[in-house]
Amino acid sequence: MNHKKLSKISLITAFTLFFCLSLTGPAMAQGPIKIGFVASITGGASWLGQPEKDTALMVQEWINKEGGIKGVPVQIIIEDSKSDASQAVLATKKLIDGDKVVAIIGSSTSGESMAMASICEAAKIPMISMAAALQIVTPADEYKRIAGTIESPRVQRPWIFKTPQTDTSAVEAIYAHMKKKGITKVGIVTVSDGFGSAGRNELKRMAPKYNINLVADEVYGPKDADMTAQLTKIRTSGAQAVINWSIGPTQVIVTKNWKSLAMGMPLYQSHGFGNKKNIELAGGSAEGVIAPLGRLIGWEKLPKTHPQYKVLSRYATEYEKRTKSDVSTFGGHGYDGLYLAIDSIKAVGPDRTKVRDFLENDIKNWPGTGGVFNMSATDHTGLDLSAFEMIQVVKGDWAFAK
Amino acid sequence: MGKNNYLKLLVMAAIIAVVPLIVSGDYHLSILVFMGINCMVVVGLSLLMGYAGQISLGHAAFFGIGAYSTGILTTQFGLSIYAAFLCGILFSSLVAVIIGIPALRLQGHYLAIATLGIGEIIYIIFNEMVGLTGGPSGLSNIPAFHVGGYPFSHSIQYYYLVWGALLVILWFSLNLIHSRVGRALKAMHGSEVAAGAMGINLSAYKIQIFVLSAIYASIAGSIYAHFVSFIAPNNFAFMNSIMFLMMGVVGGLHNIWGAVMGASLMTFLPEYLRVFKEFDILIYGAILLAILLFMPEGFLEGIPMLYRKYFKRGEA
Amino acid sequence: MDLQGQIIQYLATGLTLGSIYAMVGLGFTIIYNATGIINLAQGEFVMFGGLIMVFFTTTLGLPLFLSFFITLALTTGIGMLYERLFIHHPSKTAPLMTLLIITVAVSIFFRGIAMFIWGKEPYSLPHFSSPEPIIIGGAAILPQVFWILGLSLLAVILMNIFFNRTITGKAMSACAVNRVAASLVGIDVSKMVLLSFALSATLGALAGASITPIALMEYDRGPMLALKGFCAAVLGGLGFGTGAVVAGFLLGLIESFTTGFISSAFKEATALIILILVLFIKPSGIFGSAEVGKIKKI
Repeated sequence: MNHKKLSKISLITAFTLFFCLSLTGPAMAQGPIKIGFVASITGGASWLGQPEKDTALMVQEWINKEGGIKGVPVQIIIEDSKSDASQAVLATKKLIDGDKVVAIIGSSTSGESMAMASICEAAKIPMISMAAALQIVTPADEYKRIAGTIESPRVQRPWIFKTPQTDTSAVEAIYAHMKKKGITKVGIVTVSDGFGSAGRNELKRMAPKYNINLVADEVYGPKDADMTAQLTKIRTSGAQAVINWSIGPTQVIVTKNWKSLAMGMPLYQSHGFGNKKNIELAGGSAEGVIAPLGRLIGWEKLPKTHPQYKVLSRYATEYEKRTKSDVSTFGGHGYDGLYLAIDSIKAVGPDRTKVRDFLENDIKNWPGTGGVFNMSATDHTGLDLSAFEMIQVVKGDWAFAK
Repeated sequence: MGKNNYLKLLVMAAIIAVVPLIVSGDYHLSILVFMGINCMVVVGLSLLMGYAGQISLGHAAFFGIGAYSTGILTTQFGLSIYAAFLCGILFSSLVAVIIGIPALRLQGHYLAIATLGIGEIIYIIFNEMVGLTGGPSGLSNIPAFHVGGYPFSHSIQYYYLVWGALLVILWFSLNLIHSRVGRALKAMHGSEVAAGAMGINLSAYKIQIFVLSAIYASIAGSIYAHFVSFIAPNNFAFMNSIMFLMMGVVGGLHNIWGAVMGASLMTFLPEYLRVFKEFDILIYGAILLAILLFMPEGFLEGIPMLYRKYFKRGEA
Repeated sequence: MDLQGQIIQYLATGLTLGSIYAMVGLGFTIIYNATGIINLAQGEFVMFGGLIMVFFTTTLGLPLFLSFFITLALTTGIGMLYERLFIHHPSKTAPLMTLLIITVAVSIFFRGIAMFIWGKEPYSLPHFSSPEPIIIGGAAILPQVFWILGLSLLAVILMNIFFNRTITGKAMSACAVNRVAASLVGIDVSKMVLLSFALSATLGALAGASITPIALMEYDRGPMLALKGFCAAVLGGLGFGTGAVVAGFLLGLIESFTTGFISSAFKEATALIILILVLFIKPSGIFGSAEVGKIKKI
């Protein structure tokens, strides 16, 4: 009798606890302008989420020091998606429902962003993703239509935008460079996660446009420790160059493996390579590696008249001063997303629909860290090839590739 | 199944009906939906591990088969949701039988690792068959669940779907436990040799329960797919199997109600801990450890036990 | 690169990966032998080995040699603390499944701590000797690979001597066979359990410290390694240490050669399929005997 009663009590207690928590949700606040920010701060993609989070905190400080938006303070509500799509969904719902934010920036990975996009579309709230995949902003049937072709999408999801350069552009930048160098046979090695597999798709899709023949197509896992076997296979395939597509420690491991195998062919990395830490960790083996990077990397070498110079120099110097670590392009995507939202709200006020319209129609020649943005109804990324510089690692530092 | 359990089911039905009147808001209801989905899987695990004494370290695979079956069949082949659900159940059962027949002959840690290995292989299949599943980039635009042509548009509808289904599953499971089958399972769990000597067909029962638990997981996975509209292989990997297991152990594997408790607790705990920002993972780990250390039989048994230990000192 | 060179290259990779799996698998086996517990936090010992060594070598600037031994000592200490705090008491009363989940919770907890101390980025270590690869038969092999292999083999030999030639080691083996009987003959079982965790931690640290110069190390490397090490332990026959080591190397070689000659997409699947086939055909593992494999029921 006691037993049964007690277990029922336990059950009821648990639910009651839950009610309390739900009832203490934030009340309808007039007050600060709220912007939601979802990032993979912990979990497998935390390498992306941490700089994004640090950037968000910094931006919040800056904007409020300048008096907020037209005198109203700005609150950037940061949620951790834990690198998991379900958690990203819950975080998004909390921000939409509970915090009633004007717009949502996030998340760090393509997979999570895809999950969040459906929620944001249904809730009619503008979402600016910090992930690269073309699929995030392109409706599924349109994406399917262009698969296997070299076309760009003609339709975009109305409420969804993104700030990173599309993997397609990065791939094209690499292929264009290779074409210039007369390379026709290429081996690719990619990581079997969202970033890697999206890159792999684009690498295969765009190859014909540049007369590139993919002679090897190898994969590895995000926590793998050694890719020598994959690279050896590429070596024997007759490739003239090898492209690696991953982010996180595996970028460095592949670089080290490439060097120690003395493969005798150039190594190209994805646009995720843009962090000085990668060069350091590679301990000298990164010499000669080529990658298409946003101008946040190596910004000091830009002429002061470059449209992005002001944004880049302020962001980079302040970020490095504040966090005592090197600036990374991922944090930059967060910066761009936040300021796109902030500028929109500044122009049209904290109205979700108006912000969406502004983002789609009025973001032209907008300098960010990733490039100069030109959004339109057929392009919710706003960046193309020209957002990249082909960068090469020379004497342990970034240099413009020849 | 005993008056006790009928009463508990009724109380639960009442709570399910009442909760939406107090809790509103898409966010909170979504948590409840995830809770219900997790409960379904863990109830199946509880039957398999707590009652029948088997092990599965790869149950997320069945969850995934349910999710991908309905996801692929509705997006790529245009099947109706109900047909897709049924196919998901069918596939899960098939896989469970194919795996179960050889695997359930193993015991203890060997069974554990066989289920782990198979779980991993299924995960690899999800990840590598890019043409079918979308690979690591996942499968998106899975349509919302619908009833008679009306698609679900709010979490509350999924809430009723999930918790209604869970009630049915619980009713069915409780009936099973208190039937001949349940008694046979208990006998098996106590001693396979003795049970066999009594004429119980061990392998038949083992496989049946394995398949049943796979079906529960499959239904849960299918609902999940339509709820989040986007699925990716990394939701169906080894760690997810371990998480389901953990939910069962925390709540108490030997009792279906324990499974419900454990799954519920571990679903809303991380949400509750959001306020602690980056400390949440440490606190989460600490809470888990505390529960496991002080209530090794699980939450459901643990609370009464602690109560007896500390408050009933006076009575002998 | 000709076929011979390729084979040597794949061999080198396979043995490198294999020795890590072997160390983790051996660690699993040692704990399992003494307690019947599957320690899913085994991978975290490897992680701590790598990251702690980074701290002493890179942050504090100590010489490699010294760092290495301090790292082993510290990680062993972590293992012992882990046992005392989270295993010692529950192992007496809790069912085995709960203990397994406790190890998972500890794994989460350790990862949380590591995330706080070291953050999420990967760290590297300088090579123990020269970073220049040695060319053998057309294949390029890093000297670090020889360090990894050498240290692993040394560890295995030492473990063998320990378990077969010393009283303490034999006492631990006795616990594996029958705990009650062991305690009846005067063996302090609880000390043996503590020792088993300590040894496993040392082995993990050794693997972690030696692989970091090649493969870097970050806070969440553990779970993948635990999974593979567990497979190695079972493949070799749970409870049979040398079997776990051989199986570990075997797994590494299977992965490497599958990548090289079949497809990198299926390297893990191949290893797993082989594992499952072995289990279905010979459940006690490649080297285990049916008797030693008589497992405790969960």
